[in-house]
Amino acid sequence: MKRIFALLLAMLLLAPGAAAAEYDPDVTINVYSWGEYIANGTDGSMDINAEFTRRTGIKVNYTTFDSNESLYSKLVGGGADYDVIVPSDYMVSRLIDEGLLLPLDYENIPNYQYIDEQFRSPGYDPEEKYSVPYTWGVVGVFYNTRYIDEVTSWESLWNDEYAGKILMFDNPRDSFAIAQFLLGQDVNTTDPEEWRAAADLLKAQKPLVQAYVMDQIFDKMESGEAWIAPYYAGDAAILVDNSEDIDFAVPKEGTNFFVDAMCVPKTASHKREAEEYINFLCEPEISGANMDYVGYSTPETAAREYLDPEVAESPLHYPDAETIARTQIFVNLPGETSKQVDQLWAEVKMGGPGESAVLVAIILGFLGVYIAIIVYKRRKRKRELA
Amino acid sequence: MKTNSRLLSAPYTVWMTIFIVLPMVLVAYFAFTDKQGSFTLENILSVGQYSNVFLRSIWLGAVATAICLVLGYPLAYIIAKLPAKRQSVMVMLVMLPMWMNFLLRTYAWMTLLEDNGLINAALNAVGLPKVHMINTAGAVVLGMVYNYIPYMVLPLYSVLTKIDQSVIEAAEDLGASDSKVFLKVVVPMSMPGVISGVTMVFVPAVSTFIISKMLGGGGNLLIGDLIDMQFLGSAYNPNLGSAISLVLMVMILICMGIMNQFDDGEDNGKGGIML
Amino acid sequence: MSRTVGRLYTFLIFLFLYAPILVLIVFSFNDTETASRTVFSGFSLKWYEKLFEDRLILEALRNTLIIAVAAAAASTVLGTMAAIGINSMKRLPKRIMMNITNFPMVNPEIVTGVSMMLLFVFAVGVFGGRSLGMGSIIAAHITFCLPYVILQVLPKLRQMDPALYEAAQDLGCPPVKAFFKVVLPEIMPGIVTGMIMAFTLSIDDFVISYFTSGTTQTLPIYIYSMTRKRVSPEINALSTVMFAAVMVLLIIVNVRSSNSGERAGKGGGQG
Repeated sequence: MKRIFALLLAMLLLAPGAAAAEYDPDVTINVYSWGEYIANGTDGSMDINAEFTRRTGIKVNYTTFDSNESLYSKLVGGGADYDVIVPSDYMVSRLIDEGLLLPLDYENIPNYQYIDEQFRSPGYDPEEKYSVPYTWGVVGVFYNTRYIDEVTSWESLWNDEYAGKILMFDNPRDSFAIAQFLLGQDVNTTDPEEWRAAADLLKAQKPLVQAYVMDQIFDKMESGEAWIAPYYAGDAAILVDNSEDIDFAVPKEGTNFFVDAMCVPKTASHKREAEEYINFLCEPEISGANMDYVGYSTPETAAREYLDPEVAESPLHYPDAETIARTQIFVNLPGETSKQVDQLWAEVKMGGPGESAVLVAIILGFLGVYIAIIVYKRRKRKRELA
Repeated sequence: MKTNSRLLSAPYTVWMTIFIVLPMVLVAYFAFTDKQGSFTLENILSVGQYSNVFLRSIWLGAVATAICLVLGYPLAYIIAKLPAKRQSVMVMLVMLPMWMNFLLRTYAWMTLLEDNGLINAALNAVGLPKVHMINTAGAVVLGMVYNYIPYMVLPLYSVLTKIDQSVIEAAEDLGASDSKVFLKVVVPMSMPGVISGVTMVFVPAVSTFIISKMLGGGGNLLIGDLIDMQFLGSAYNPNLGSAISLVLMVMILICMGIMNQFDDGEDNGKGGIML
Repeated sequence: MSRTVGRLYTFLIFLFLYAPILVLIVFSFNDTETASRTVFSGFSLKWYEKLFEDRLILEALRNTLIIAVAAAAASTVLGTMAAIGINSMKRLPKRIMMNITNFPMVNPEIVTGVSMMLLFVFAVGVFGGRSLGMGSIIAAHITFCLPYVILQVLPKLRQMDPALYEAAQDLGCPPVKAFFKVVLPEIMPGIVTGMIMAFTLSIDDFVISYFTSGTTQTLPIYIYSMTRKRVSPEINALSTVMFAAVMVLLIIVNVRSSNSGERAGKGGGQG
């Protein structure tokens, strides 16, 4: 009912004649998504973007980001006009709250019907107005079985036997969540003390961490450069399937359950074509072919039959109910908390907060040297003249 | 004729006002306002929290600059002593890597420095133990030295070739030893080259964010990383980012002032480099 | 300093400068299934084939070339005009102009980049318009190329005998014609070097493009995103192709300007 009303409203707002417009096949849409997050034609997969262009004529300028936070920065401050973006749950609700998304016209996305009931009216978009789920998954730990026998707890990431071989997420939410699970906190806490405790745990881990990375994890794990790394379960399709030494585990303390959803930002210039693209990706056959390669879980039961049965039945890609019961979902943090988190995160990465006095001293030191030199030269010149 | 000619630079003046002066005004504006656009000192004051990052950047930048100078000076000296024809070939060889994409060059070092990289493979082959190099402060310095050493060699070389040979001969005739000639004649006369070399290495080294990202593993945060984080990275806050940029700029301008004090020459353009 | 020591030293420095490039080139011919970057398992050209089939890379290359041509052309014209203007100025205004010119060269690149990003986003907010893209990258590139052009042209103007231009006018040549017939040929070497510098600086630029590109991909931006992902040896093939192209370009430049006196390095910082 609500959707029909929205549609009527949209039609009223649109110029006459433009109602229920056909898409324009001559445009290029800008899609901004995660790295390694679409089948691209390699390893015998379907080239999804090329297929879309073949069917509709619409070209796709596909670029990638590596964390929700950098997506947000680019969207808000980078002056980029993306047509389709794929943020995670908590970022979707932040973008909705800040009025940065366009309401979708679900009439143009008939394949929305295939989205499973459990992904309808999600917490991040309760009115189902702005988003269409793309994938879901959990976070876990990838480890190299040549060096590490078994991982059952997040504590392995603090094990100093693996010093220098540990990778960590290069974004605040995912990194903090790991510390929070270890401390038994709620990942969405607004208690500054709890965040501080989590930050202290991360700071203690820093000397053991080889690098803070996102998609470089593939390279570093495959080459054996790193032994253990937390990452998204879906990437097992690349890591575990390509390398016999790498295994995956979901730690017992619990983990993050995420849904990444397709949205159209307010600055989009080709909304109609963006919806066509979203609709295309929701087509069960396409979704199946896509997820078969990508390895993340599809929110469409109908798509599962197009998956390689090995993938569809793998607990890596479709974790069991018991694992899912141990998960928490991120929600958007209030402004104050998120500011604190940003600050703590910078502290973790630079190893503790600094003193303002030091900075002032540096600048004054420079100035002092400057003045001393000028004075010295004046004197010298005077002496030479004398 | 003169008035007409002067008008020719009007479009340039307008252009630079829009694209250099105005952006700087914007940076200053953002640095002193909050998200709602009202005046605040909070951003500038909170830059102090990142003094560790500033210290590390300045330290690594200074070490890299010193290494560039120590490695680059002898090379420039050797090149300047070569016959003219070989000189231009050598200069070109110094410049050539610089014209290759900077990201690719730095990426190549990842391949070399990794724990399972080529250097360690070579060490292994001769029976030596592995050395951990990637993702350390040393790797960041190495990346800086590698990327910016040509900026040191070129100005040094161009100053050294200009030293009048007869001055050196005169010193020798007066009985100065080789080392004395070098220390008392060559080095002082090449000071302008040292100055521009030092500045041209130090400024980009101190503000880099790619080298620390690629070779430092994200744990060796530099000022550049901090600024990138506030604008396109994981902690969107252009106001704080602008404040950090402003502090960085002030610091560099002071350094520049110090450097200029060593350079007594008139500001007549000698080649492309003048500060 | 003994000659052997000198030679050895030079050799070591060049080894340091060229080793990474050599590694990139060698591994671009690596025949490997997985993206191993450290084990050479046979000769193959397949990464080159993949490279030239990669639509995104080719598009990024096209964008990069369009931007470089536009930026080099505009900054050469604007910069030459400005140099002539500055050259005929009195001491004080000249000083001010030179300071403005030098500023972007000494200002950290990242600060220039973010400040322009602020400007463009501000402009989009005020005047509307679509977003950042080719237009903003070209404007930004013109800005950082201008000082290099000016600093190449100015010395040539200074070396020129002003009496030449006046003589031409005395002989009845109109000012515009006198400029094209007398001044331009004199300063041409400076203009050409400046233009080539602007072109290569623009092609190589990452930092400023990164902040001003919006959704547009240039080659350096694409390379950056490649290094952030699972790395494919395509990147090595790309390096090799670019290295070869730069070599050819450099040889042309060198032949052209071998008699135009000393050249300054490609100044300014990056990264």
